[in-house]
Formats: sequence, C-alpha cells, structure tokens
Amino acid sequence: MNLIPLSELNQSHRQLIGGKGYALGQLISLGYNVPPGFCVTTLVYDQFLDQTGLRDLITLELNRKNMGEMRWEEIWDTALRIRNLFLRMPFPANLKKTLKAHCDHYFQTASVVVRSSAGDEDAAGSSFAGLHESYVNVRGFDAIIKHIQLVWASLWSDRALLYRRELGLEVEHSAMAVVVQRLVQSDVSGIVFSRNPNDPEQTIIEAVYGLNQGLVDGSIEPDRWLLNRSTGNLVKHIPVDRARFMVCTDEGVTLAPLPPDKAKTAPLYAEQVNQLFQLAHNLEQQFGLPQDIEWTLSNNLLFILQSRPVTAKKTNSTEDKRGWYLSLTRSFGNLQQLHLVIVNEGLPAMASEAKRLDDYDLNPLSDHELAIEIDKCRVIYQYWHDVYWDEFIPFAHGIRLFGEFYNDTLNPFDPAEFILLLNSSDMISVKRNQQLAELAAQVKQNPELKAALESQDYFSPVCELFIEQLDAFFKEFSGLAWGAEICFSDRNKTIKHILQLASKALLRKEKENDPKIQQMVNHFLSHFQGEQLKFAQQLLELARVSYKIRDDDNIYLGRIESQLIKATELAKNRLAAKGDPDSQLRNANELIALLINPGQVPKTKRKKSKNKQQSGKLKARQIVGQPAVAGLSSGIARVVLNSDDLFEFKAGEILVCTAIDPNMTFVVPLAAAIVECRGGMLIHGAIIAREYGIPCVTGIPLATSRISTGDKVTVDGYLGIVTLDKKP
Amino acid sequence: MKEEQELFLTIHKLLSEQKLGALATNGQGEPWASLIAFAATDTLDSIYFATPKTTRKYSNLVNDPRCSLLIDNRENLASDFSNSIAVTATGVIKELDKSEKSAALQLFLNKHPYLDTFTQSPTCAFICLQVNRYNLVRRFQEVMEYHPGL
Repeated sequence: MNLIPLSELNQSHRQLIGGKGYALGQLISLGYNVPPGFCVTTLVYDQFLDQTGLRDLITLELNRKNMGEMRWEEIWDTALRIRNLFLRMPFPANLKKTLKAHCDHYFQTASVVVRSSAGDEDAAGSSFAGLHESYVNVRGFDAIIKHIQLVWASLWSDRALLYRRELGLEVEHSAMAVVVQRLVQSDVSGIVFSRNPNDPEQTIIEAVYGLNQGLVDGSIEPDRWLLNRSTGNLVKHIPVDRARFMVCTDEGVTLAPLPPDKAKTAPLYAEQVNQLFQLAHNLEQQFGLPQDIEWTLSNNLLFILQSRPVTAKKTNSTEDKRGWYLSLTRSFGNLQQLHLVIVNEGLPAMASEAKRLDDYDLNPLSDHELAIEIDKCRVIYQYWHDVYWDEFIPFAHGIRLFGEFYNDTLNPFDPAEFILLLNSSDMISVKRNQQLAELAAQVKQNPELKAALESQDYFSPVCELFIEQLDAFFKEFSGLAWGAEICFSDRNKTIKHILQLASKALLRKEKENDPKIQQMVNHFLSHFQGEQLKFAQQLLELARVSYKIRDDDNIYLGRIESQLIKATELAKNRLAAKGDPDSQLRNANELIALLINPGQVPKTKRKKSKNKQQSGKLKARQIVGQPAVAGLSSGIARVVLNSDDLFEFKAGEILVCTAIDPNMTFVVPLAAAIVECRGGMLIHGAIIAREYGIPCVTGIPLATSRISTGDKVTVDGYLGIVTLDKKP
Repeated sequence: MKEEQELFLTIHKLLSEQKLGALATNGQGEPWASLIAFAATDTLDSIYFATPKTTRKYSNLVNDPRCSLLIDNRENLASDFSNSIAVTATGVIKELDKSEKSAALQLFLNKHPYLDTFTQSPTCAFICLQVNRYNLVRRFQEVMEYHPGL
C-alpha cells in the first residue's frame, strides 16, 4: 500500500492518496486518457516522518511561538526551516528501494511530473487548491526523490500555514500523498470550466501553446473561448497577443519566444474546442458537479491532467490580508519585469521626489501656501506609500525565491545562510553609518577635538575641519524621518552620538568585501553549467537588488515623509506664535483649516492617553524569540520608543525596540545586542545586525513592555533567548 | 544478587522510557527545580542533559555541582499511588567539553534527535550527572537504594 499504480486506485484507497490521486484514479476507471504513473501514499509520508524523527522536529518548529502572533515573514521563515529539514533528512533505504523499482518500471529515463495530492485540496467547496507544490520535468531517480521531499514539505508551506485553521493542519494527523506521472510533451494545454465561475450560462475554455504551467502561474495570457453551456455554440473567442510559451529545459521549465507562425494562429481549432466542450460536460455528468479540468494535447491525443469541482471564488474581507500575502509569491519572470520597473522608474522617481522636497524651502511660504503644501505633501506621501506596498514589498519576494533555490542546491545546515551572499555596502543606511564612523574615528584620534566637542566649543580652530565635514554629512543625510520625528536635524544631538561612537574601544565596521562571501558565491555557482548557470547568476543578482532596495526604498519614503513632518511642524509653530494653545496636538486637517481660516478653530475630541498597562507582579525572566544573528552579549537594556531615546543610546547597551527602521540604524554600531518585537530573518533589524555581526533576537512581540530601560539583559542570538537579570 | 539485578533493570527501563525529568539544583540556599530532557548510559552511572548557559539552573550548577534528578512514570491517576514508580538520581555534575562529549552527545541525540540544533549552539552546555545513588520509590512508600558501579 506504499505505492499504488494510478490505474489501480479505487475508493478503498481514498484516505491514503489525497484528492488529486483519487480523481486521477476515477478518470482512468472511466476510460479517460491520463499520463501513466503511480501514487506515493500518505503511508510513505508517515514512515518518512517517523523513521527520521521529523514529526518531532516539525512540532518543535511550529510551537516555538504562538502562530497567531507571527507576522507573514515569520511564517515564511518557519516554512523555510521546515522545508530545509525535509531536504536534509536522508530518505530511508527500504522506501528508496521500492520507489526505485516503480520508477524503473514506469519511466526508465523519461521526465516526470511530481505533484502534491493533499487530503481534501480538490474536494467540492474547498478553495485551497494551489497551496502546495508540484514540479514539472523532473529527471532521474535522485531528482524524483528530492522533489517528493519538496512536495511533502509544501504541506507546511507558508501559504498552507496561513490557512492552517481552514485546512485543519496538524502534525499528528496531516499527511501528503504524491502523484508521480510521466511528463507529456505538450503541443497545446489549457483549462476548461464546464461552468464559467463568472457566468453560469457559459462554459469557458482557456488554451496556450506548450505546457500549461505558464497559464496556471499567470505568466502567459491564454486564448479564451466562451460557449453556451446548453448548446455548445460559440459565444465569443477572445484572442490575445501570443508572444511566449512554456517549454521544458534540461531540468524544469522556462518561458521561450513563440515561433511567428504559432503566434499568428489560435492554439485550438474549432473541432478541438468542441471536443473539449464535450469532455467537460461528460465529466460534469459523471462526477455530478461542474468541473474545472486541466488538459493537454500531444500529437493530437488529449490527456487529462486533473479534474476537480469548480470552487467558489475566494472572497477576502478587507481585514483578511492573506490574499495580498499570497499575491507576493511571484514567478522569476514576473520579478524580472518588476525589477525593471522599480530600478528604472520607481526608485529613481521616488529618489528625485525626495530630493525635490528636501530642496524646497517652506519658510518663505504664506500661511495659505503652507496649507496647500501640507495637503500636497500628504498626497505625495500617500502615493509613494501605496507604491511601496504594491510594488516594492512584492519585489522583496526575489530574496525568498533565491533563498529556496540556494537551499535546494546546497542543503545548508542554516536555512538563512543565503543572506550572507546578498550583503551590500552600497545601501544608503550603510553609507551613512560609515560616514558617522569616519567622523567618530577623527574624534577618537584627536583628544583636543574630543575635548572641544564635549564642551560645545564648535568655533575652536581644532573643530573647523570636523564641523565642515559634519555639515556635508547633514546635507546628505538630514531629513530622514523616523516615526514622527526627524533625525539628524539637531547638531548637538548628532555630535553627542558621534562622541558615543568614539568612546567605543573598537569602532565596529561593516563587513565588506569579505573573501569568504566570494568563496561562498563561487561554491554556489559551481553547481551549475550553461543555461542553469545563467539562471543562478540572474537569480542571485535579482535577490541582491531586492535586498538593497528593501533598505533604500524605506530611506526615500522616510525623506518624503519628513517633508510632510517639516511642513506640519512649521504650521504648528506659526499657530502657537499666534496664541493657539492646542497647536502641538493638531492633526494635518486641523492645521490646514486653521492656516486658511484663522478664526475657525475646529472642535476636536482628543483621546486621553492610556497609562501603560500594569502587568501586576508578572516579571519576565526568560523570553524566547527567533535567533536572527548568532552571538552572546550582556548589557543594560535601552528601550527605544522615540528619537530622544535614540540619541540617549550609550555604547554597549542592548537595543530593544518595536522595529528597526533603516532611518534609525545609526545607533546599531553602538549596541551590544538587539532585541526586536517584529520577527523574520529578512527584517531590517536582522539585516543590519548581520552587517555588523551583533547578536540579535527578533519576534518577541512584547519585548518593549516586558523589558525596561535599565534591566540587565543577556541576549543569546544562537538560541533566540533573552534572559533578564535583576536590576543592577 | 537477584534483587539488585531486578532493581537495576527497573531503573534502567524507567530511564529508557522516560524522556523528561525534574532537576533540583541549589541557588545559594534556594532550591530550584527545572524540567529537563535527559539520557542515561546503559550502566546507569551517568545521565546527560543540555541547558542554555544563560539559565538559572546552569548558574546554580556552576556554583554548586551537586544536584538530583527525579524521573517517574505517573499518569496523573489515582492508581499512580500504587502503580507508578519514581527514581531520584543524586550526584555531581561535570560540564563536558568538546573532546569529551562526542559519544555522550550521540547517546543523548539518539533519544532526542529534535534537540540537535539546540545542543550545537555554543551557548548550550552539555552536562554529565555522575550518579552516586538512585532512590527508587514504588508501591506508595517502598524506597530502595541503588549505587551504580559498586
């Protein structure tokens, strides 16, 4: 019962073969043409988990933290770690032997498709199809084994974990069957809905040249035929610009340009459209429900790849952002296109907008003009905020795609190892921190300069060069917003910070041009040749750009926001000078109204600020988060909630904060360790801590309330544990 | 002789079956109990466990290496009074360094494979409890003592 040929699957196997396997068995028994193969039942999955001890490991991973408190990025980290565990576990010899015999019998050297077949994924009413992985064009026994492990791992994919409640996902009871089938060399492929989900009177057929992966993942727009559901008469054929098709490479699939003769011709003839219409309606009758069918044509022979009930469209409420998260899973081709848009258009436009706003002097404006400027800045900020969410954040998926590819290639012990290859000293925040470090180095080498700065004697001749360089620094980096504050607008505070930096025994520098990293890159690339090598290089480049942009886009957005803050601050000061006692508490709408119409003071309800919730006698002694950067450090905690806290930061303290914004990373070189409420291996705190080699624990949601400034804290970045001692 | 062997086998079986025990340490006069995962050698003279170095139990053990470990098979039922058994292992601990720990760690990980990453952390101490004696309690109040290696 471990492996069952597709042609022998029946009702008695229902619990062991998953939804897809069961449907394929039924199709074969009804006489339809299905590519040959076998089903790896859930019993094999269970044996794999039990023989390798993986079940206990998955349980540990899933229970590190309450999943309801996890951000999407943390769920991705969890899924990546589980995926890594599946890949690193040796396939038990007894299971391997049986599998080898089946592969030799069914496929010899032919390419196969390895497909997920989870419990009820294809059942009526279930709308979770596509949460798990399937792999096309897998060659050779070792590759088949690896891809079965990857399909199993996808039972715990980030997407599946996101819908864990609806799926009833549990380590003890959930299992995944896998269908392994011979790959059909497709001429044309597509989908038929026997009932169009958007129009119950119609049947809809979609078709593309080549494999249907391009259609399924959305990278190729298909030709569509809408047919009357009762008669089969053509209502409409909607042709498209046919430019590309999905083809097999040595390993996997890729998009290729479509030959000109095919580009001019629709992929289906009228008779084939009729044949598919008949097929869909026969299947609907036989299964008793409208069907969603995947098919392919090879040498005019029609194969059915899948048939499942048409499911209702997912309706995500506005609070349910999971749909948005799913949309982050972009294909390589899609990301490459997004890359061009962001690098050539989005980011330069955002940078020039930020510079234009920086250069714009608000002081000469009349009150009326200032009101208009506040409104303008608000619209500009909102526009770039939306671009950031709609384009820049999805582009960060490039890092994830590379991470999975790297782990699939090298099976590293540490699933986050790939991040080391993405380091870039080219990031704006790193450049800013380097300049601060250089200024601090001057202070450290020159005691006279240090004394003059400490006594605020800035006009002393010994300070001349330093102040000149500091002014240049201000020009380049002022106006970086953090929260509602503006950093580096105050010379005294900045000099105080530089003096702190200079007080450190050793000035920490970013790791740059580390030969070890180049060795790692070379080692990674040495696994590929030809087209695969080109792909690996492109993917690494894409991930590096994603990684860099992840920092820079925040900086530019911060600059744009800072102009809005500057304008509102100016308005508050002007109103205060005119005697408005509430000016500092007013929001942008009130400020605009008062600037335009000074007599009209809008009534405002102000929320009373709540006292910080008392936690009674509860005292955290040891808190567990995610180990983000390895290392062990002890020190006095400083909880940073606003920019004043930032400038109070002393060398050797432990930085505790909600989330490190790239605009506030200048204190990081002073920190002995970092503890952050937000979690995820790709968050800024983790990225910057890794750059400086500072121990870091992330994903402790209550860190800023459980830990107080002054607590003695030990941060174990290896195990993700933060221990609080009694106050010194 | 026969009775000793029976005692040895009973303790051996309990220590093989149970994964967790309660470790008692001395925090400068304040008793401190912690739940730990353990593995015992076949001869019962050593019990291994791992702990982060930032924990209270670790700092207690650094200051006073004497400790005891309670291992039992209770099921939280009334029948536990007559059916369950509890063993208290008493002895002195030694933190194992890299050169000493390889075989012991393998024994520990055979029982707790999911703790592989945990034990590999440089901030995790791997510890051997050198057992001087076992006290076995069964049938409500019957207590027997066993000295390994004697």
